[in-house]
Amino acid sequence: MSTTLNLKLKVWRQESADDVGAFEYYDVAVADDASFLEMLDYVNEGLILDDREPIAFDHDCREGICGSCSLMIDGQAHGPQKGTATCQLFMRKFSDGDEIVVEPWRAAGFPLVKDLAVNRAAFDRIIEAGGYISVNTGAAPDANITLVPKEAADAAMDAAACIGCGACVAACPNSAGNLFTAAKLQHLNLLPQGQPERLARTEAMVEKMEEFFGSCTNHGECQEACPKEISVDFIAMMNRDYLKAKLANRKRSGQKKFG
Amino acid sequence: MALTLDSKTPEGPLADKWDKHKFDLKLVAPHNRRKFEVIVVGSGLAGAAAAASLGEAGYNVSVFTYHDSPRRAHSIAAQGGINGAKNYKNDGDSIQRLFYDTIKGGDYRSRESNVYRLAQSSVNIIDQATAQGVPFAREYGGLLDNRSFGGAQVSRTFYARGQTGQQLLLGAYQALARQIQLGTVTLYNRMDMQDVVVHDGRAVGITARDLLTGEISAHSAHAVLLATGGYGNVYFLSTNAKACNVTATWRAHKKGAAFANPCFTQIHPTCIPPADEFQSKLTLMSESLRNDGRIWVPSAMEETRAPGEIQDADRDYFLERKYPAFGNLVPRDVASRNAKIVVDEGRGVGSLKNGVYLDFADSIGRLGKETIKARYGNLFDMYERITGEDPYSVPMRIYPATHYTMGGLWVDYNLQTTVPGLFALGEANFSDHGANRLGASALMQGLADGYFVAPSTVAGYLSGLLGDAPVETSHEAFTSSLASTQDMVDQLVAIKGTKTPDHYHRELGKLVWDYCGMSRSKAGLETALSEIPALREEFWKEVKVLGSGNGFNQSLEKALRIADFMEMAELKVSDALHREESCGGHFREEHQTPEGEALRDDEDFAYVAAWEYGGPDIHKDSILNKEPLIFDNVKLSQRSYK
Ligand SMILES: Cc1cc2nc3c(=O)[nH]c(=O)nc-3n(C[C@H](O)[C@H](O)[C@H](O)COP(=O)(O)OP(=O)(O)OC[C@H]3O[C@@H](n4cnc5c(N)ncnc54)[C@H](O)[C@@H]3O)c2cc1C
Ligand code: SF4
Ligand code: FES
Repeated sequence: MSTTLNLKLKVWRQESADDVGAFEYYDVAVADDASFLEMLDYVNEGLILDDREPIAFDHDCREGICGSCSLMIDGQAHGPQKGTATCQLFMRKFSDGDEIVVEPWRAAGFPLVKDLAVNRAAFDRIIEAGGYISVNTGAAPDANITLVPKEAADAAMDAAACIGCGACVAACPNSAGNLFTAAKLQHLNLLPQGQPERLARTEAMVEKMEEFFGSCTNHGECQEACPKEISVDFIAMMNRDYLKAKLANRKRSGQKKFG
Repeated sequence: MALTLDSKTPEGPLADKWDKHKFDLKLVAPHNRRKFEVIVVGSGLAGAAAAASLGEAGYNVSVFTYHDSPRRAHSIAAQGGINGAKNYKNDGDSIQRLFYDTIKGGDYRSRESNVYRLAQSSVNIIDQATAQGVPFAREYGGLLDNRSFGGAQVSRTFYARGQTGQQLLLGAYQALARQIQLGTVTLYNRMDMQDVVVHDGRAVGITARDLLTGEISAHSAHAVLLATGGYGNVYFLSTNAKACNVTATWRAHKKGAAFANPCFTQIHPTCIPPADEFQSKLTLMSESLRNDGRIWVPSAMEETRAPGEIQDADRDYFLERKYPAFGNLVPRDVASRNAKIVVDEGRGVGSLKNGVYLDFADSIGRLGKETIKARYGNLFDMYERITGEDPYSVPMRIYPATHYTMGGLWVDYNLQTTVPGLFALGEANFSDHGANRLGASALMQGLADGYFVAPSTVAGYLSGLLGDAPVETSHEAFTSSLASTQDMVDQLVAIKGTKTPDHYHRELGKLVWDYCGMSRSKAGLETALSEIPALREEFWKEVKVLGSGNGFNQSLEKALRIADFMEMAELKVSDALHREESCGGHFREEHQTPEGEALRDDEDFAYVAAWEYGGPDIHKDSILNKEPLIFDNVKLSQRSYK
């Protein structure tokens, strides 16, 4: 049986990146078996009927996999539940009478779109810089021709589980994009298929990342906030690969840079 | 005007058709390819794969998606796996068997030639994805692992934990990203396609609305590919992502593309039932749970005890009782319909009496909690997160939900719609799954269409246009499309009614679910046909969209989509009413065996119903065209799971 929670929401409203934003307050009574986003849907329905514009926020799958949803909830990226994206957070994690502060991801690399929605295109640019294995359609050999040790496949999968939500950036005091970038790099760099382009990929992606995001100073907040609990160990691996890539390039100075 | 539905199926033995066809298709020489503009709408498996492959080949490709990033397409959510007839397990699988299983599973309502090609391509997909670095599950020896899925008798399903769709989509997205970097593909994100532009009987481009600025722009091309997914959200509540919609295919339909078998939708038996009126979507729990869970409801309607206190004698294991051979593992449609029967009888469980139990107590007793945890730990956690109940100690509650749409734009063997130059790929077309889709086959179809079929067949079409410049966007065909799109936006914003877009979506969903869901009757469908147009009329008078058409406006995005669902729903119901038989996911109460099983009518209904748009009074104006289905290679039989 569900119970009703009476809550006070403090929500960031901002028309666009060029406008000044401010908090607005809303009272809401909601069943504790609603999800956090359903709670916002409900608030929005009320706002519309009241002739007030609904709160803009990104979401789609509502299953914790597409990476669309975001939100800083009481200062925590994706809210209080560990290993959980906002869309998978349910109101039973809150108590009657709570005040809940809801803000967008705040990072220079993620410009604001409206209210709680931000632009995370920087992540696409990082992938475009080298987050792939270059293989044309139809050119692939039989899938079992290359044996991949189970441990490598499993570790690659751990990294590949990243949903590209940006919580790692939002949670980081420096707005660093290292966990996201490292997750993609190590997904590919841990696999035999990823070896030929390993160093070129690492260099290109890390340098693209630096165009948008701050530097990592090993706070580890990213791993805490990550809904997929991606490990910061991948960042260490990325740093090692980056160093190797730089050395390899220095040795070849005077030659064409590879990749 | 009746259409001619030429399936363009090549002559010759089934196994040789695709090779022969590829040989017969005209090619475009590499140096000529960059002279062609191709628009791909959609960046799911089908769209991303097609755009990347066409870009690699050298065409100028533009990709449109309403998502902020191509990686967020709904394909990302697929869990279970993807079929591939590799026969790595040496258990008797083959292309022929995958073909046969798909035709039979589709209840003999799909086209043999397309399905065979799909089975052939499945093998290449696994190779392609593996080379891209998709981290499929492996055995200790380093070879790829397989499992059996959705009742198949062979192990042919490849998987990446419970995130197969995510990993396959990331593979395709990364291939796409590589082409974007190389400059062969231009990405238009947060762009919502509004219309297909047709000139001289050919598709020559699209118009699209920029979701950030509200600006509507025209884009010209030699060919347009729609890979825009399915229409399951016509039910409002479904397992689809919230933004999935029918706009692209429906607007194409209004521009001349026939819509095939819209009544064929798949209902998945194992979803978490809604908890209240504000439920926004339904969550799928993997089918694999039925391997170890037992499905039951109390025998008595007035049962009030907690499940653990109900003795075995007072429980009805209705699937085991009715289908002793298959028990809890009967196909999706059979499991779903039987759950509906017991819930309708008033024997449903949970506070809203809207579910059935899926009980693991016996398996936990037999195998131990640890084994069950190892098999289903993630799913159990997800269930607990959503419902707040611990499925190790209390049985899960499940209920069927809409999951996949087999119907879609009619396409020929080339995946071309009835509008030349307009192609449809993936869930957006009707082509391969007949009246019911087998588990792990949608990912396969999206990627087969995108990586292997469209790149060849689209080239065949383009070869005939060499030397033709794309139509200028200043042409009347574009300007009139821009004007009508703007007009629709302006109208919706001007209504300033009394009810929210979601209100109308929810009301429509209830009608379609009640009358055109798991079980359909003439009387029910007729009720829906009288209520849908009335609801649509009310929507256009009373919907309340705040804000303007310029700028980011999520209510407006929704309203535009709901407007199309309101029309499409009527066609879906018309189609269900006209199909006087039961097959696959389409169960007509009038057509069942004395035991309550689906009764197909091959004599009168072994055809694809391809509807042509005839005017705004959808039920009356739509024109039915039939493509007869000819089975040269399989023998039609009634399914039996007794
Ligand atoms: C929960 C769940 C689990 C599933 N599990 C499996 C499984 O295990 N195995 C399996 O084989 N299948 C599974 N399926 C089915 C499968 O995921 C889908 O059928 C398939 O991914 C559809 O791919 P697609 O490329 O056709 O479309 P989608 O992935 O839906 O992509 C549609 C694309 O079109 C774009 N788009 C749509 N309309 C417009 C427009 N008007 N303007 C611009 N862009 C537009 C969207 O932005 C998106 O990029 C599952 C489905 C669900 C819901
Ligand atoms: S690493 Fe984690 S927090 Fe960062 S984008 Fe990926 S899933 Fe989100
Ligand atoms: S809405 Fe998809 S991850 Fe939250």
